[in-house]
Amino acid sequence: MTAASLTETEVPLKRRLRRAERARQVKALALVLPLLVFLLFTFAGPIAGMLWRAVDDHEVRQVLPQTIAALASWDGKDLPDEKTYAALASDVLAARASGTIAIAAKRLNYALNGFRTILTSTSRNLKAAPEPGTAKETLGKINPAWRERATWTTIKDAGGPVTGFYLLAALDLTRNADGAIIAAPPDQAIYREVFIRTFLISLSVTALCLILGFPVAYLLATLPPARSNLLMIFVLLPFWTSLLVRTCAWIVLLQSKGVVNDSLHWLGIIDEPLRLIYNRFGVCVAMTHVLLPFMILPLYSSMKAISPAYMRAAASLGAPPVTAFLRIYLPQTLPGIGAGSLLVFILALGYYITPALVGGAADQMISYFIALYTTETANWGLASALGAVLLLATILLALVYGKLVQGQQVTGGMKN
Amino acid sequence: MEAGMVTPTPALVRFSGIQKTYDGEHLVVKNLDLDIRKGEFITLLGPSGSGKTTTLMMLAGFEVPTHGEIYLGERPIKNMPPHKRDIGMVFQNYALFPHLTIAENIAFPLSVRGTSKADVQERVAAALRMIKMETMAHRRPGQLSGGQQQRVALARALVFNPQLVLMDEPLGALDKRLREQMQLEIKQLHEQMGITIVYVTHDQSEALTMSDRIAVFNDGIVQQIDRPDALYEHPVNSFVAHFIGENNVLAGTVEAVDKDHCRVALAGGGVVTARAVNISGAGASTSLSVRPERIAIVPDGSSGDGPNRLPAKVQNTIYLGDHALAVLEVAGNAEFMVKLQPGAHHDLTHGESVFITFRPEDCLALDPV
Repeated sequence: MTAASLTETEVPLKRRLRRAERARQVKALALVLPLLVFLLFTFAGPIAGMLWRAVDDHEVRQVLPQTIAALASWDGKDLPDEKTYAALASDVLAARASGTIAIAAKRLNYALNGFRTILTSTSRNLKAAPEPGTAKETLGKINPAWRERATWTTIKDAGGPVTGFYLLAALDLTRNADGAIIAAPPDQAIYREVFIRTFLISLSVTALCLILGFPVAYLLATLPPARSNLLMIFVLLPFWTSLLVRTCAWIVLLQSKGVVNDSLHWLGIIDEPLRLIYNRFGVCVAMTHVLLPFMILPLYSSMKAISPAYMRAAASLGAPPVTAFLRIYLPQTLPGIGAGSLLVFILALGYYITPALVGGAADQMISYFIALYTTETANWGLASALGAVLLLATILLALVYGKLVQGQQVTGGMKN
Repeated sequence: MEAGMVTPTPALVRFSGIQKTYDGEHLVVKNLDLDIRKGEFITLLGPSGSGKTTTLMMLAGFEVPTHGEIYLGERPIKNMPPHKRDIGMVFQNYALFPHLTIAENIAFPLSVRGTSKADVQERVAAALRMIKMETMAHRRPGQLSGGQQQRVALARALVFNPQLVLMDEPLGALDKRLREQMQLEIKQLHEQMGITIVYVTHDQSEALTMSDRIAVFNDGIVQQIDRPDALYEHPVNSFVAHFIGENNVLAGTVEAVDKDHCRVALAGGGVVTARAVNISGAGASTSLSVRPERIAIVPDGSSGDGPNRLPAKVQNTIYLGDHALAVLEVAGNAEFMVKLQPGAHHDLTHGESVFITFRPEDCLALDPV
């Protein structure tokens, strides 16, 4: 067949194929529809909501609408004009009447410590709308902060409707009075360290899982079926108990009067109990235990696909066992190593319960702070921003992995 | 080549009293003694479970003999790991490394031996030329057809000039036409390169086509080792007669033995004279073996008084292109085959009574089946 005749018939053939396949596609879509709807409501929806909350900034605009409108034309170089002061006074009086002043006060206090006091004292002491032309003076008398440019900059920045404030805060950054992005003051700059800590703990847990899981997966893939099935049950056993129970079991084992310390003491290896828990060691041990199956299973499935004939062929061609392993076996397990490592790493990034129970203050991962801001201080904006940064990092990793795997499939002959 | 080869060595490989069991109860290989000469193409032929593959695996080093010793040259190699044996091997499913290109696959045995890069390149190029696949050097095994993969596996096993090449049913996965073509190619390579090849197959026609000598395995024992024509013409027992080529079996009892001939009374009636090959003497039961192409059909009623003349009834005729087969009932055997010239089968009608005749030299009295 010539290329020309191919291209001539190609289009109608494709259309006919589509028509023929349509019924099947509709059926397939109908089968996955319930799951799609479920995922939309329980997964895509909440994530979209979280991403929106990370940049949403409506509280101040809602409570102080006239002030925000008046500040829109303010150049930010000097104090705002009398009209703006009057708008603020009017907004404060209205907010006091509707009881919403605390909402704005809370949001503004995130940006400028002490703003809550400024706003509540103003609200308390402003008896009535000031005479026209005296608003600036009246407010300045109630609280001298109104004579400072930074106070007004803060209100203007928080005017919404969207803000980069939370995302910057999640990266230990902030804006100064001139609007430039600068490093956050040291007492607020904790998240970068937490992110680095989160990645370090996840990396060490991934490495530990790989080191411990690889030989087990190899054994599973090479043992006769009866014995490998038994071993597989042991590997899967952790899935049958709750995460909380498993983590608490580690507390029992590792605490200063726990099984491990008592045994070591009894054997005379140590005099003082070792500090095995409420530190990084305990976190890594407990997390590795919980995540090990997620490493073993992908490794096992990739090793199961490697025919023993390859190692025999390598040996018959003159490769000593170590060379054969490194040059023939290991490269073929790379997809499994990649999948397992990615799975464990991403799961570890989001770990909350285990570090919270067996870690010390310096071992808390980013999830702890997200939980703290959602459940205790109700700072949804910052919680969402931290979540968004974590999500972004995870997606980047998944993309990198996807690229690597795709490269494998194009060049590697996994089909055979 | 080792200097030790100059001294009169009877064989390149010697299996001496080899036994192998996997379960400790039943022997897969029972007392194997086998010499493989340098430069020969020897085939281990037998049905599955006959011990031929186990024998090959012991030679390659993937299985350890339970008893006995294997010598390669003069050295005992029973406990030598496979990678030190310098034996090339072609596997049943090729076992090409899927993550390496064709060129990298062929280069593997050279690079693990620390061959210099330039030398590797040169020898890989030569190997690719030998299998006529120069243009596919950078493809992956998954992108090749079965026949091409087989060629690469062959090149990979030959490129490091091993003193011995083992092949474990290498053509089993190919279709008939390709298999026959590859048989000739392997045979040609063997003649050109003068290598020693040990080939395992269960396909007797493959063994007859390629081998200098064939060792017929059954039940863990080598039944006969001989040239292909000798195996066909002079099988030592019923198993070999039956396994190599087409064969008709007639059961009977030995009446008298006269030097190398004997008289046999058939169980289904009639008496024939046969060559006495594997019988214990007069009165013993025996299986007669007659090849389909050594039998003539003579019409009923025609005169003639050859020594072996038996009545037969035509059951069926089968047309096979280059020849035809008549299926007859002879002395109780309802599947007695006679090879005919194509066209001759038109002369036979179903149910017709005829006579068959064959020379005593073409009828072998063997051990009873």
